[in-house]
Amino acid sequence: MNKKQKKNLIRIIVSAVLMIVLKYVPASGIVRFLLYLIPYLVVGYDILIGAFKGIKNRQAFDESLLMAIATVGAMALAVYEDGDYTEAIAVMLFYQIGEWFQSYAVGKSRRNISELMDIRPDYANIEKEDGQIEKVDPDEVAIGTTIIVQPGEKIPIDAVVTEGTSSLNTSALTGESLPREAKPGDEVISGCVNINGLLKLRTTKEFGESTVSKILDLVENASSRKSKSEDFITRFARVYTPAVVFSALALAFIPPVVILLMGGHPFWGTWIYRALTFLVISCPCALVISIPLSFFAGIGGASKEGVLVKGSNYLEILSQTKTVVFDKTGTLTKGVFQVTAVHPEKIDENGLLHLAAHVERYSTHPIANSLRAAYPNEADNCKVENVEEIAGHGIRADVNGEVVCVGNSKMMDSIGAKWHPCDHVGTIIHVAIDGIYAGHIVISDVIKPSSKEAVLQLKKAGVYKTVMLTGDAKTVAENVAGEIGVDEVYSELLPADKVTKVEELLAQKNNEKERLAFVGDGINDAPVLSRADIGIAMGAIGSDAAIEAADVVLMDDDPLKIAKAIKISRKCLSIVHANIWFAIGVKLVCLLLGALGLANMWLAIFADVGVMIIAVLNAIRALFVKNL
Amino acid sequence: MKKSYKIDVDCANCANKMEDAAKKTAGVKDAVVNFMALKMNVEFEDGNDPKTVMEEVRKNCKKVEDDCEIFL
Repeated sequence: MNKKQKKNLIRIIVSAVLMIVLKYVPASGIVRFLLYLIPYLVVGYDILIGAFKGIKNRQAFDESLLMAIATVGAMALAVYEDGDYTEAIAVMLFYQIGEWFQSYAVGKSRRNISELMDIRPDYANIEKEDGQIEKVDPDEVAIGTTIIVQPGEKIPIDAVVTEGTSSLNTSALTGESLPREAKPGDEVISGCVNINGLLKLRTTKEFGESTVSKILDLVENASSRKSKSEDFITRFARVYTPAVVFSALALAFIPPVVILLMGGHPFWGTWIYRALTFLVISCPCALVISIPLSFFAGIGGASKEGVLVKGSNYLEILSQTKTVVFDKTGTLTKGVFQVTAVHPEKIDENGLLHLAAHVERYSTHPIANSLRAAYPNEADNCKVENVEEIAGHGIRADVNGEVVCVGNSKMMDSIGAKWHPCDHVGTIIHVAIDGIYAGHIVISDVIKPSSKEAVLQLKKAGVYKTVMLTGDAKTVAENVAGEIGVDEVYSELLPADKVTKVEELLAQKNNEKERLAFVGDGINDAPVLSRADIGIAMGAIGSDAAIEAADVVLMDDDPLKIAKAIKISRKCLSIVHANIWFAIGVKLVCLLLGALGLANMWLAIFADVGVMIIAVLNAIRALFVKNL
Repeated sequence: MKKSYKIDVDCANCANKMEDAAKKTAGVKDAVVNFMALKMNVEFEDGNDPKTVMEEVRKNCKKVEDDCEIFL
């Protein structure tokens, strides 16, 4: 609680106690009125002052003014009838309770969400010449400075490791609990927490350009981009309040005048009372507060899960996603080539890999890298000599006196080795020993372990169609698509073709409410990301271009997060819609009951304050997204 | 030119009113009030001094909502 909240709470309690005590004070007439005036003024003086200032500044439908008219009116009716003053005081009291609760709840969730995003580093350690460590503001650290990060500290600025090894906890950025290793030469990003080893880093960016600053900036500004629901509510509030006030005026004067003209008794008091209940219901606050609060909580909860949504509007579009288009490499597959099958002819699998790795010892070709990665203890005592690279064919070398050829089918043809094709999809590396075919090794891109589950989850989350786009060969693409279970696949596309394809898919949509999302790894697909209804970049930490181009950024490269993001948005939007219908519904019903004389002030207070409290509590649910 | 200011206001409707008031102030091209982050992002028209414009914005906001503050 801040100072203002404490003060208001005391006012509320004092006034409530006074009101109850006065019930038992035997006073009547003017004395009773003056006594009751005390709790009324205690709880409502700022509203009365606000109302007065509102009139002075010509703010016709100021909330304070409405409350002032309603309560002063009720007081006047009570004086006139020497009746019940508690109603007027109670209206003011509950209005203040509502205001207090709103301010408390909003402040609380504001703090909760900023704690979630508490990744801002407070300082950077710089080593001085005498070896002492000095803490400085990260803003003051120039590019290329050596900084020290001790165990337990956050990495303040994007940098490269120069000394030391350690594990890094990236969970604040990615929601991923598995630690990441850092060794000299590795790039590390700000916001990660150093777990165990002392690290010396050379900074590669300024603080303002570092990942952590960009992410914070993005999340803090996210709720500035307003969704359609928010716009609707703003427009609704603008019409609603004046409409209710004019209805109140009409209700106060038209029926009694009509009755009077028809020769009946006008019952002025009754109609004015009904009009006053209208005024109490007229405040649109429940709506105006709960909608942005729901979005804010939804965005906060999503960012805790490693899903950065750039604005409420994107959360709204995400919830309407019916088609998801994937890029293949780096999104559904790892984008790294690995040995996926070994088919030897006369020696064992290990022997074949062993020979192949030896021959590729000095090559930097990606295929050589994956062959060596499949046989980690390559540097043994074997003699590898006369290595010769034959362009477009492969590599030949003498290994322990035998001539080993490792390459494609053209190479096998040229040395006369009898090769045969493989039924596996991927790049086939043939091996021959002394001109005799020894078998082949299949290298292919590996599907991410969670890709299949991700597509399944998307279907469960209500996505109609999944599509995969790739520049890869048709066989490879269809193989991957079949394994993962996407509905459609388009292969051998150039980057520009991907844009055309997405445009075709956009044109196929049945109506505006069915949105198309494109998911890419942010490399080379910025144009497609911006062309789709909503662009999702994954594994985008540290990739500035992707953070710029995408509307939603998944901090790690797990495709399951796409379904998660959609589920979070659905939950948030269902809360938003529930709040809109609930708040408007209850208010309209109460207005109707009030006009018919079936509702008293107490029900009006519920329509105003009660609805707001319920809507705010409902909005806060959007924050809890862990188990979606 | 765009600038961001910290604000203090209690209710969401009042924040919307502040946004309207800021938008109508001379020299302001666009203004967005973010109630949840308690921030006001103002885009100024060219050739206007943000400082003097913001004084006006503050005055206008105070007019529509007495109980608000913009930290300049």
